[in-house]
Amino acid sequence: MSFATQLMDTALIIAFIVAVLAQIMSMIRLVLGPSTGDRILALDTMVVNAIGLIVLLGIAQGVRIYFEVSLIIAMLGFVSTVAYARFVLRGDIIE
Amino acid sequence: MSGDIIMTYAIAISLLVGAIFALVGAVGLLKFNDSMTRLHAPTKVGTVGIGAFLLASMLHSFTYSEGSMHELLIMAFLFVTAPISANFMAKVNIHRRACDTPPEPPRDDTWSTLNVPEEDKHVAPEPGASHHV
Repeated sequence: MSFATQLMDTALIIAFIVAVLAQIMSMIRLVLGPSTGDRILALDTMVVNAIGLIVLLGIAQGVRIYFEVSLIIAMLGFVSTVAYARFVLRGDIIE
Repeated sequence: MSGDIIMTYAIAISLLVGAIFALVGAVGLLKFNDSMTRLHAPTKVGTVGIGAFLLASMLHSFTYSEGSMHELLIMAFLFVTAPISANFMAKVNIHRRACDTPPEPPRDDTWSTLNVPEEDKHVAPEPGASHHV
């Protein structure tokens, strides 16, 4: 049991580090991004990685209340991505 | 007892797989050199990585507490909405001409993404509007 638990804890730490690295990389792309589409893509990736970070936090603390947080962030992220893209495409969000 | 050990190994493996996928998606977003190519890395690979994290969370809740399938909802929502937002961002790239424009359609005058009405030209300008007149 102990080796499996140790492996899970190590994997959790690795997953945390990777999620933070992914968040930093997409932040760099958000700053660099030559075109508007790249910046929208970087923001969308940051939302998805934030969901991953919150899920990992829920695993690490062993609590179930982070489910609602990640669900709301997922829905808001999709809506905001579509709103950004619609604003660029149409010049307006609600016509 | 041995079931718990197997489930713990499964959690560790799905966490590692998710970490690899998320890292590959983020590196692809950072290192690719074209807007349309960059679109592919996080919208597919990164989403699969987060899906593996959610699977690990589901297995963890089944192993260490009474268990719940709630993460399936987030997973389904992410997997359904990722292609839709990728399609929207590809449309933005074509619209802003940040990529190669697709070849002209055979019968219509232009693609609908590039077809900006005359009264919207001031809010949606075309950066490379030379051939469009």
